[in-house]
Amino acid sequence: MIRERFTRIGVLCLAVLGSIPAMARADESSIAASSTGVLSGISGADTVWVLLSAALVMLMTPGLAFFYGGLVRRKNVLSILMQCFMMLCVISLQWVFCGYSLAFGPDLVGIIGNLDWVGLKNVGMGPSDYAATIPHTAFVIFQMMFAVITPALIIGAFAERMRFSGFAVFSLLWTTLVYDPVAHWMWGKGGFLGAMGGMGAVDFAGGIVVHINAGMAALAAVIVLGKRKGFPNTISPPHNLPVAVLGAGLLWFGWFGFNAGSALAANHVAVSAFLATHIAGAAAGLVWSILDWLKFGKPTTLGMITGAVAGLAAVTPGAGYVAVSGAIWIGLGSGIICWLSVTALKAKYQYDDSLDAFGVHGVGGIWGTLAVGLWGTKAVNLAGVNGLFYGNPIQLWLQAKAVLFTMVYSFVMSLVLFKAVDFVLGLRVTEHEEAVGLDLTQHREAGYTLLD
Amino acid sequence: MKYIIAVIQPDRLDEVLELLTKKEIHLVTVSNVVGRGRQKGISEVYRSHREAGTLLKKVKLEIAVNDEYLQQAKDAIIQAARTGQTGDGKIFVFDMQDCLRIRTGETGHVAIG
Repeated sequence: MIRERFTRIGVLCLAVLGSIPAMARADESSIAASSTGVLSGISGADTVWVLLSAALVMLMTPGLAFFYGGLVRRKNVLSILMQCFMMLCVISLQWVFCGYSLAFGPDLVGIIGNLDWVGLKNVGMGPSDYAATIPHTAFVIFQMMFAVITPALIIGAFAERMRFSGFAVFSLLWTTLVYDPVAHWMWGKGGFLGAMGGMGAVDFAGGIVVHINAGMAALAAVIVLGKRKGFPNTISPPHNLPVAVLGAGLLWFGWFGFNAGSALAANHVAVSAFLATHIAGAAAGLVWSILDWLKFGKPTTLGMITGAVAGLAAVTPGAGYVAVSGAIWIGLGSGIICWLSVTALKAKYQYDDSLDAFGVHGVGGIWGTLAVGLWGTKAVNLAGVNGLFYGNPIQLWLQAKAVLFTMVYSFVMSLVLFKAVDFVLGLRVTEHEEAVGLDLTQHREAGYTLLD
Repeated sequence: MKYIIAVIQPDRLDEVLELLTKKEIHLVTVSNVVGRGRQKGISEVYRSHREAGTLLKKVKLEIAVNDEYLQQAKDAIIQAARTGQTGDGKIFVFDMQDCLRIRTGETGHVAIG
C-alpha cells in the first residue's frame, strides 16, 4: 500500500519535472518576442491594476482559510488552514503546467483549450485576445488566483472529516477536469457558453466559473461523505468567531481585486464593478442581520459576515455589468435567498454542508448569474449585456442555460471524482480520527497549546 | 486550615475579589471553567441553528484560609455572588493538611497570606 502510494507520488513528480524544459522554452520565446517590440500597446496603469488585483485575489485564499478556520472546532482549525494553503501550492503549479492552457488555450470544439500553452509555452509578454493592454502573462497570473480559490471554496462542505490525501488528489483532479473546462466554456476564446464565440451568456468575474462550480461540487461532497458524527444536534459551535470575522474582512478586501480587477484595465468598468461589489456585500450583510433579528430575536455576528460573503458572491457575475441600483437588488436578493437556503433548506433536508459552501456560494452564484439577465445594462459597460429590465429578456434565458449546464456538469463530475478518489485512496477519516480531530491525526500538530 | 473551592457566575468575579480583599484574604487562584448544575443552559444561535448549551461558563475560585478567616471568606463570596437566580454557584470547603511558601520554606499557619 505504502509502496503503491510512493509510486504514485513519483509519477506525479516526473510529470511535473517533464514540463520544466517546456517552461524554459517559453521563457526564451517571450524574451525574443519582447526584443522585437511587441510590448507596444501595453498600458502601465492597466498592468499595475491587474497585478495588484492578482495579489488581492491571492489574499482571499488565506482570508477564506481564516473565515472557515474560525467556524470549525479547535481540533480542526489547522486542517482548514492547511487545505487552503495547499491549494495555493498545488493549483498554482497545475495552472502554469496545464491549467491555463486547458482553460484559455486555443479552442477545441468549444469545450476545452488545447495543449499549445502547456508550461506557458507560447505565452508571452505581449497583449493577448483576453486583454489588449496588459501582458498575456499578467492575465495568466490574475486567472491563477481564481483557479486557486475555487477548489478551496469546496473545503467548507467537507470540513472536519476529509482525509488530507484524498482532499489533495481530489482537488487537483477537480481543478483539471471541472474548473478548467468550465472556465473555458465561459471565458475561453471559442468556449460554447460564453460571449467570445459562444452562445452569449456572461459571467463577469466568476459567478458560474467559481461560485456555482464550487457550490455544486460542495453539494456532491456532502452527498458522498455524509454527515459529521453528531450533526446536527451535538456539533460544538464555531471555536473562534473573531478569526472568522477577520477572514470575512480579508475576503471582502480581496473581492475588490476579484471583481474590479476582472475589468482587466484601470478604467470606468473597474470603478463601476468596485462600487457594485461593495454595495451588494453591504446590502446582503444588512439583510441577513435583519432576518436573524426577526427570526431569532438577535442580530448575529456570524449571520452578518455570512450575508456579506453571500452578497459578494452573488454580485461577482454581474459586477461589471450592473448599475449600483442593480447591485443593491442583487445584494438584497442574495441576503434573503441564501438565508433561506441555510435556515430552511438545510434544516429541512439535514445535509451537513458544514460551513455552507453550497448554501452561500452555490446559491448566491446561481442567483447572481440569473440576476445579470435581469439587471445587466450596457449603460455601465458597452461590452456587457442588457437584461430583462433593460429590454432584453433573452439574456435571462441565456444565463439560465449556462447556469443549468454548469450545475449539471459540475455536480455529476464532482460526484464521479469523489467516488473515484474514495475508491482508490479513501475520502473520509476513521471515526476515531474524526473524534480526535484532523489537526492531530492528519498533520500531527495542534492549533493551540495549553501553556505558552 | 481550610481550602475553599467556589464556583460562581463569571460576572460576579470582580465584586467577590473586592470583598475578599477588604477582609484581608489575598490568596486566590481563579480559572475559567465550564460545568453544569440544575440551571438549564442558555441557547446560542449559529447561522440560524439554535444550539442548546449543556455546559455553562463559570469562574472557579480556589482560596486557602486559616480557620478564623473561613466564615469571613464564605460571607464575602455569598454576599458578592448571590443574585437569587438559579445558577449562582456553589462553595465547597475542605480540610487542608498543609501549606508551604516556596520562597522561604515556611509552612502551616504563617505560609497562608
